[in-house]
Amino acid sequence: MGFFIETLIGGLMAGMLYSLVALGFVLIFKASGVFNFAQGAMVLFAALAMARFSAWVPEWLGVDSRLLANGIAFVLSGALMFAVAWLIERLVLRHLVNQDGATLLMATLGIAYVLEGVGSSIFGSDIYKIDVGMPKEPVMILEESIEGGLLINREDFVAALIAALLVSLLWLFFQKTATGRALRAVADDHQAAQSIGIPLNRIWVIVWCVAGLVALVAGIIWGSKLGVQFSLATVALRALPVVILGGLTSIPGAIIGGLIIGVGEKLSEVYLGPFIGGGIEIWFAYQLALVFLLFRPQGLFGEKIIDRV
Amino acid sequence: MLYRENGQFKTSYAADQQIFAIAQDRWAILAIIVFALVGVPLLVDEYLFRAILIPFLILSLAALGVNILVGYCGQITLGAGAFMAVGAYAAYNFHIRIDGLPLLVSFLLGGCTAAAVGIVFGIPSLRVRGLYLAVATLAAQFFTDWVFLRVPWFTNNASSGSVSVANLQILSWRIETPVDKYLLCLTILVVFALLAKNMTRCAIGRQWMAIRDMDVAAEVIGIRPLFAKLSAFAVSSFFVGTAGALWGFVHLASWEPAAFSVDRSFQLLFMVIIGGLGSIMGSFFGAAFIVILPIALNQFLPAIGSVFGVSISTAGVSHAELIIFGALIIFFLIKEPHGIARMWSTGKEKLRLWPFPH
Repeated sequence: MGFFIETLIGGLMAGMLYSLVALGFVLIFKASGVFNFAQGAMVLFAALAMARFSAWVPEWLGVDSRLLANGIAFVLSGALMFAVAWLIERLVLRHLVNQDGATLLMATLGIAYVLEGVGSSIFGSDIYKIDVGMPKEPVMILEESIEGGLLINREDFVAALIAALLVSLLWLFFQKTATGRALRAVADDHQAAQSIGIPLNRIWVIVWCVAGLVALVAGIIWGSKLGVQFSLATVALRALPVVILGGLTSIPGAIIGGLIIGVGEKLSEVYLGPFIGGGIEIWFAYQLALVFLLFRPQGLFGEKIIDRV
Repeated sequence: MLYRENGQFKTSYAADQQIFAIAQDRWAILAIIVFALVGVPLLVDEYLFRAILIPFLILSLAALGVNILVGYCGQITLGAGAFMAVGAYAAYNFHIRIDGLPLLVSFLLGGCTAAAVGIVFGIPSLRVRGLYLAVATLAAQFFTDWVFLRVPWFTNNASSGSVSVANLQILSWRIETPVDKYLLCLTILVVFALLAKNMTRCAIGRQWMAIRDMDVAAEVIGIRPLFAKLSAFAVSSFFVGTAGALWGFVHLASWEPAAFSVDRSFQLLFMVIIGGLGSIMGSFFGAAFIVILPIALNQFLPAIGSVFGVSISTAGVSHAELIIFGALIIFFLIKEPHGIARMWSTGKEKLRLWPFPH
């Protein structure tokens, strides 16, 4: 029993991390209808920036405290992500308004190549560490109530907390601020939003900035967990089932979908894996999402698809 | 001046419906095929065959298949690499497990197996569409990656996980030199391209296009979406699977699942989108662009760097390659979202009026 609960909690925490990446997809798709394959490259780019800036800042400024160095590095990387978002809107999206989904998707793949190339030529392509002082050692909890207790990875726990915090902040931003309201209006209907005077281009920049910030947070968490390296960009492929399971247009969907995929992956790996061979995590998530899709083609919380001829 | 159809009258329906309606086109395509069959083997050195021509031919075949599905039937797929893998491994298993099976037959059986798998993974297309479908086809990609890596039966229990074939032979023709390989790929490609062109012009192709343009409307006028979509998946996977078998047998000779990874799927989708969706010609343009560009960048970047007195390191070159490749793709998508095929037809229209446009 204890083992099952441990696996379950591990899955939930991994799921929170998937949600973080999935959130980036959903934000951009909602506001601009672009299926952003570059999200993985953005995570990698942000993580690289964070890792290198936190190493360079003490050299440049002579700051001793690690907290301060990390803080400055965070601000710098955030600014860099804003610059990237602005450039993407300026140079790419603005010229591709009204193109169909596949073309936009390919354009974001192009962006992904450029980001990977630029990232590794500025920041180098070695494996870096991000040290933001995440607790590494696991803890034992609930020793009285369950036999053997539960072993919880504190790093995952903190990461899940940060993810939850970020999601609630985003929710507040979307629901309670004027900009958030404008973003939701654009998501609902581009033309109607434009006709009441919401500037589409600025909204897109804002949304890509927010997605860049989400990528930065995801990059820091994944980076401190796995190390910052090229394979970080494939995190996006792990998060794709989450997006379609939850629905491309739904923020709660990204969270719930992430949790379902996280738990499904861990349980399948532990209980199904020994029978059919290991390493099934990656495709199992996709099959799970596929089965869901057969029953709800728009995902769990996606907008209902209405066909008009 | 030269490219003009004045005076070429059509007197029968067959003449009206032919693939190359203009005589100059017919002569040009004939000349190209003859040149490719006779001239190229005499003129070109071995490196070009290995590095450019053979990959170009095989990937054009795969791009044709992807174009049938994405360009003609409108079902976006990110799983093309998976069907290449299925074709390659199926052909391999037929080749080694059945003694004396002719090579071409194992290629075609590989293609048929890929078609069967394609139908299975095409079933979600009946429920989901667009980007959801694109992600759903990734399931095929990751599943086959895993199967060919983990199930030893498919690789004939090879300890290293990679499989290899040698001594290819069709009847008494031993396929050893790059020229032989080139001619084999070229022949298969020409036959398949003709097949694809004709398929897209007949009833089934029109069904696919109706489904692509508006599937509900197509259903209303009596096209069965089940049949149209699954047949597109089957035909496309057959093409892609045959290309996969060629890629494994002829180009690589020894391969492992990583040869058909998700990057290959993206590459194929790039080819059809840059080349032109819904255009047979476009598949060739796209394949040429994607095959040649990285090699050209690799060759020319250090040279350009040295002109400006900058020496670029190998790592720098590979980063610059990525950046330029990505930027060029974005540039092409912005300048001509309908692909190189559209540029080609615009160019031809202009040529017909040259040198006296209105």
